Amino acid sequence: MTRYIIRRLIYSIPILLGVTILTYGMMTVAFPQGPVAAMSFSPKSTPAQRAKLTEQLGLNDPPVVQYFKWLGRVLQGDLGRSFAAKRNVSDLIWERASATVELGGLSLLLGVIIGVPIGIWAAVRQGSWFDNITRVASVIVSAIPIFWLGIILILIFGSWLNILPMGGRFPTNLSGEYTLWERIQHLILPVFVLTAGDIAVLSRYMRAATLEVSRQDYIRTAQAKGLSERVVWFTHAARNALIPLATFLGPALVGLLNGAIITETIFSWPGLGRLTYEAVTQLDYPVVMATVLIGAISTVFGYLLSDILYALIDPRIRYS
Amino acid sequence: MTTELTNETDAIAKSASQAAPNIISLSNSPSEEIIRGVGDSLWIIALRRLRQDRLTMVAIGVLLFLTVLSFSAPLFAAALQIDPDRVGTGEAFTPPFTGRHFLGTDDLGRDHFIRLLYAGQISLGIAFTAATLALILGIALGVYTGYYGGLVDDLMNWFISTLDSIPSLFLLILIFSLFRPGPPAMILVLGILGWTGTMRLVRGETFSLREREFVIAARSIGASPFRTMFVHIAPNIFSIIIVTMALNIGGLILTESALSFLGFGVKIPTASWGSMLTDVQTFYTKGPYLAVAPGLLIMITVLCLFIIGDGLRDAFDPKLKEKA
Repeated sequence: MTRYIIRRLIYSIPILLGVTILTYGMMTVAFPQGPVAAMSFSPKSTPAQRAKLTEQLGLNDPPVVQYFKWLGRVLQGDLGRSFAAKRNVSDLIWERASATVELGGLSLLLGVIIGVPIGIWAAVRQGSWFDNITRVASVIVSAIPIFWLGIILILIFGSWLNILPMGGRFPTNLSGEYTLWERIQHLILPVFVLTAGDIAVLSRYMRAATLEVSRQDYIRTAQAKGLSERVVWFTHAARNALIPLATFLGPALVGLLNGAIITETIFSWPGLGRLTYEAVTQLDYPVVMATVLIGAISTVFGYLLSDILYALIDPRIRYS
Repeated sequence: MTTELTNETDAIAKSASQAAPNIISLSNSPSEEIIRGVGDSLWIIALRRLRQDRLTMVAIGVLLFLTVLSFSAPLFAAALQIDPDRVGTGEAFTPPFTGRHFLGTDDLGRDHFIRLLYAGQISLGIAFTAATLALILGIALGVYTGYYGGLVDDLMNWFISTLDSIPSLFLLILIFSLFRPGPPAMILVLGILGWTGTMRLVRGETFSLREREFVIAARSIGASPFRTMFVHIAPNIFSIIIVTMALNIGGLILTESALSFLGFGVKIPTASWGSMLTDVQTFYTKGPYLAVAPGLLIMITVLCLFIIGDGLRDAFDPKLKEKA
């Protein structure tokens, strides 16, 4: 197992390199003259100004040289300076990451806590009103585009009823002070939007997995030897049914980052997703490279964690 | 006794051939009739089950209705004498149900209903074609790598991992904002990037089926790798694949709408259901009704696709007993 993990970690190096080459390559192909030419839409900017800006941003080297210079700095922990914010990228990332972790972590946690029991219980009581209602609800929720859900919720609770803030992470006032309740108020809508999707997916996964397991011979054996229903379902069935939960973790992390772009944009949440969105629209190369790289690292480790958990839960899976 | 039996088998064969008229009987021997008659092909059984599944049929109906409605947009525009791209600020934010503007007008005075129809063409068209492209790539590569493992699997995995390591929306907004593709290029990008999910699923499933007794049995009696992969393993993941297809189309509609909503998808004056919601947050007070219909249509379409996927899975599931 340890050897497997080490091997996977070594494998992730070419993957992460590939990601940076892909990202840098695409930006170079799309704008061969560099970001300054693309940024300088203003007819007032003179060639001299553009040349000066290019010099300042260190964009005079050929793209390949620029890439390796960037890579060299990144390996030493320096993510460069943002073109737009004129600040160190790592500072920006740190600032924004906490907001995303707060929003995403809370959503994922709530999703698991609520979604897993719903799925198992729906399978145990297959065909009951509970099963039918949760199944229908989960399909409907999955079909709702999350940006639209956000828009409608803001329209109802923010614009019409005026009981929840329309966006942001903190209340905006001159004193800069806020209460815990105000923080929670700002979290309610974006967390709801992200959690709803997680609950829908998880409960469906868990229901299907539990039903699949319930058809197995060992469940019949357990029932035949007179074990109580609780023991059969929660000790014998649920343990095996938890396997899809392990495989869900990797994709869930990715979903979280994807969801972050949309949710954070709608709710003006100052997180990584919004930073990425802003950087991409402003052609802020250093920030784009950094956020894509962070997204890639999270994904790689998410999937690795998924696979390790998979092997831990299911002893039939052996990695060599 | 014998005649009774024959009559009974004839009856079974007849009822079966009525349900499945396209089965051509090659033999007249009664015993073979039983085998052929009762053992309808997977597709025939699935089709019959599907017809009995009201919810799925309704979903298929709604989806067809929306598709036909979207693609007859020019007819509606002509009938209502509305130019979908005509901008008239004097008519901006006309509320619904006034005059010929059935669903009102948007911030630029364009008819909301007609624009919804045209947007539907784009949303549906992109999702269907991109999903087909993605599925074909996903299945072929998934079964192959899952079965063989080894070097091919490792190489494929490296390629996919690189592609998959960037959260899809990060990659998509990057590609879309850098290259600003039109709808045909969008299909290509979404299709080429969308197959990895299907492939992972098919690969994982093949990976576990490979160790199952019936596959080992097939190999042990000398079945070729191709036969084992596509005759023994593939049918067992068929239900998963077909569900994936429906889910993929639904997912792609959601992805495309999200991209267009964020401003990276289709470009004005072309609209998709997602792009119609882009500016809606800026006129909450003037035209809140504009926020409803595009999202509702996305939701209904995706919901139909999810229901159809579910219905197809039940229809194709050989483990489910057919209702008498």
